[in-house]
Amino acid sequence: MKIFGVKIPMMYSLLIWVVLWEIVGQMEMFLVIPPFSGIVVAIIEMAQAENFHDAASLSLYSFAMGMLISIIVGIPLGLVMGKIPAADRLLGMWVNVFLSAPLSSLVPIIMILFGFGQTTIIVTVFMFAVWIITLDTCAGVKHINPSLLEMGESFGASSWQMYSKILIWAVLPEILAGLRLGLIRGVKGVIIGQLLVALIGMGELLTVYSRGFHMEEFWALILFLFAFALGTSWLISLLERRIEYYAGSRG
Amino acid sequence: MHEWFNKDSIFWRLLSILIFFSAWEIAGRVPISPAFPTFIDTMEGLFRMISDGSFFEKYMITLKPLLVGVFITCFFGITFGVSMGLSDRIDWLGQPVFIVLQAAPVSALIPMITYVYGIGFTSKIIAVCILAMPVVVLNSINAVRNANTSLIEMSRSFQGTRMQEVFKVILPDASPMIFAGLRLGVAGGFVGIVLAELLITPTGIGDLISYHRSVANYAEMYATVLSIILLAAATVRFFERLEVRLFRPEKQGT
Amino acid sequence: MAAETSDTSAKAESIVEVRHLSKTYDGRVRALEDINLSFPKGQLTTLLGPSGCGKTTMLKIIAGLLEPSSGEVFVNGKKITGPGPERAFVFQDFALMPWATVLRNAAFGLELRGMAKNERNEIARKYIAEVGLTGFENSYPRELSGGMRQRVGLARALAVNADVLLMDEPFSAVDEQTRRKFQEDMLALMEIEKKTFIFVTHSIEEAVYLSDQVVLLSRLPGKVSEIIKAPKAAGSPDEIRRDKVYLDTVEHIWQTLRKYLEE
Ligand SMILES: Nc1ncnc2c1ncn2[C@@H]1O[C@H](COP(=O)(O)OP(=O)(O)O)[C@@H](O)[C@H]1O
Ligand SMILES: [Mg+2]
Repeated sequence: MKIFGVKIPMMYSLLIWVVLWEIVGQMEMFLVIPPFSGIVVAIIEMAQAENFHDAASLSLYSFAMGMLISIIVGIPLGLVMGKIPAADRLLGMWVNVFLSAPLSSLVPIIMILFGFGQTTIIVTVFMFAVWIITLDTCAGVKHINPSLLEMGESFGASSWQMYSKILIWAVLPEILAGLRLGLIRGVKGVIIGQLLVALIGMGELLTVYSRGFHMEEFWALILFLFAFALGTSWLISLLERRIEYYAGSRG
Repeated sequence: MHEWFNKDSIFWRLLSILIFFSAWEIAGRVPISPAFPTFIDTMEGLFRMISDGSFFEKYMITLKPLLVGVFITCFFGITFGVSMGLSDRIDWLGQPVFIVLQAAPVSALIPMITYVYGIGFTSKIIAVCILAMPVVVLNSINAVRNANTSLIEMSRSFQGTRMQEVFKVILPDASPMIFAGLRLGVAGGFVGIVLAELLITPTGIGDLISYHRSVANYAEMYATVLSIILLAAATVRFFERLEVRLFRPEKQGT
Repeated sequence: MAAETSDTSAKAESIVEVRHLSKTYDGRVRALEDINLSFPKGQLTTLLGPSGCGKTTMLKIIAGLLEPSSGEVFVNGKKITGPGPERAFVFQDFALMPWATVLRNAAFGLELRGMAKNERNEIARKYIAEVGLTGFENSYPRELSGGMRQRVGLARALAVNADVLLMDEPFSAVDEQTRRKFQEDMLALMEIEKKTFIFVTHSIEEAVYLSDQVVLLSRLPGKVSEIIKAPKAAGSPDEIRRDKVYLDTVEHIWQTLRKYLEE
């Protein structure tokens, strides 16, 4: 959009919504919408609060562990499915099922199997994030330019060289795209896991704030979480842009 | 005979299902945990729930807010999305909100929704809507934006009005992608209703899950979880098929 | 003069021999049927024919990238079972790695053989210069034009010092002007490199201009319909293009191929 001939980036319109929020909040129209300025104050206070630090580090740890396992499992699985048709036919169906399924329904099961602690959250993050990483990697392998593989073959590449020098690099853009989507899903996994377990981390804080009607704190936490989710995916997209030259030279 | 070994053939599907459930059965017999029933136990649990009537009763309760929520999402999502696709100003103002909602863990809002709207039907519908809406809106925007430019130019060159351009060219050209957005929206709706059942009030399948968990009927509990996951997958698959049949006849049979 | 040339080429020993080669895809498409050919050492042989007649298929079988359905291929008297260091392939779509510089792309064949970095880069630099790309060593493929990209593909194939270069329509993704320049450079290069070239094209002029021998293939199933000796005329590129023998050969091939189109 242009104002006085100057192009205003789209995300700037969020500022208008913030101003609107402040106005609605000041007018005290809805109980659940406190003024935005109050939320900002709450964010600053929250950043110094011990219980927030504990919850954040706990959540971050579960998130990082879950993502790590997703990557370790998801990328090789995707490579294998892309390369070996039988593996794709046997596993592809389940990857697709888990991709669109309401995985939160698994959390009660994960809870009785892994207890009410960190492990449950890690497993939840894994279940949320791994499938999209697998699917994207697999799609990347299938769309790889076949003459690149023939080139490797004709120069006598060993199968290890084929993977390490050609395949993984050619699939990198798709892997990163999968990773970005996986991170977004992983954040959702942490939150849903912790909300359902209700005794730990952010889930505990969210429950406490909404029960005790601390709306400023509640929104502060929500905004923090949103910012975290968008921030991580933005970081990956920066990385994606750095290797964008792949896209141009693909058929 | 040849057809049998094609990628999507029944043969591979059955084999894939067989392997998955056998692995489950074996894991249950080991057993990997006392709270891990075998596949056969789980199926027995499913039949017990079906025969005592609780299964379908609870599913009816679950599916009602889902259906209502999905219809609301369709109507408003497509309306918002198409208007944003057609107007730069509305797009500038609206799209970032939906981009944020799409990427952010909106499930964190559910405790607050419960606080405001109570633990009833309304909360559940809202849960469905906030999880389904963003993808429907974003897909509709992109569908309209990506409508074939040379078709639009064709319509203009024949002095078509803006109305004709929208209703005779842009919308028909955009409809496959809008429909694809609806399919993703339905998947989102399932996520929403499950969250609502587990976080707001367990009245439908959430009740089955939490009741059977509390009395350690793990077979019934697992059966419920399996059924909702498979129902969601089957519904999404159905919409996928429908999409091919309605909009992409050239892909049929592949 | 012409008689003398064909005399020597008849005596020239062949480096690649194709015996009773057939290829059927999926048990249905008969792409090649009972092909017998020999490719003389140090010469350029062109496979020419309408599109879909099995040229790429034959070249890939010779390269060891495809299994023949029956028949065999001998290189230096030995039956091939797969790709080998005595053959190098130049790809129609260049097959350059977008994440690697020109230098790394050109040295990639040597890299796969485990040659030390300094050594392989030095060799690659030499061939990059030979194909006329000095100064672009650190560029990425996306920064090059189509013609320049194919020069990288050629440098990569030359760098592994194979005896036989297999080129699948190397100039088809290149615009016409660049293509002519490239053809002229190819002729100069063949003077220096003394290698055997097997070259696929669907352009009659290109075939006659570059080749010592043109193999005409007919369509489905691909069979050898005629082998034409096309001694290269001496003189500058422009003289060659106006040469009587050159023009007659082009005309003769056109008349032959035309028959398939009318069938
Ligand atoms: N992988 C394949 N599977 C089935 N048929 C193929 C395959 N590759 C090529 N063909 C068929 O084989 C014939 C020869 O193909 P090709 O060697 O690519 O011809 P050319 O290079 O002369 O254009 C064509 O009819 C083509 O359709
Ligand atoms: Mg070809």
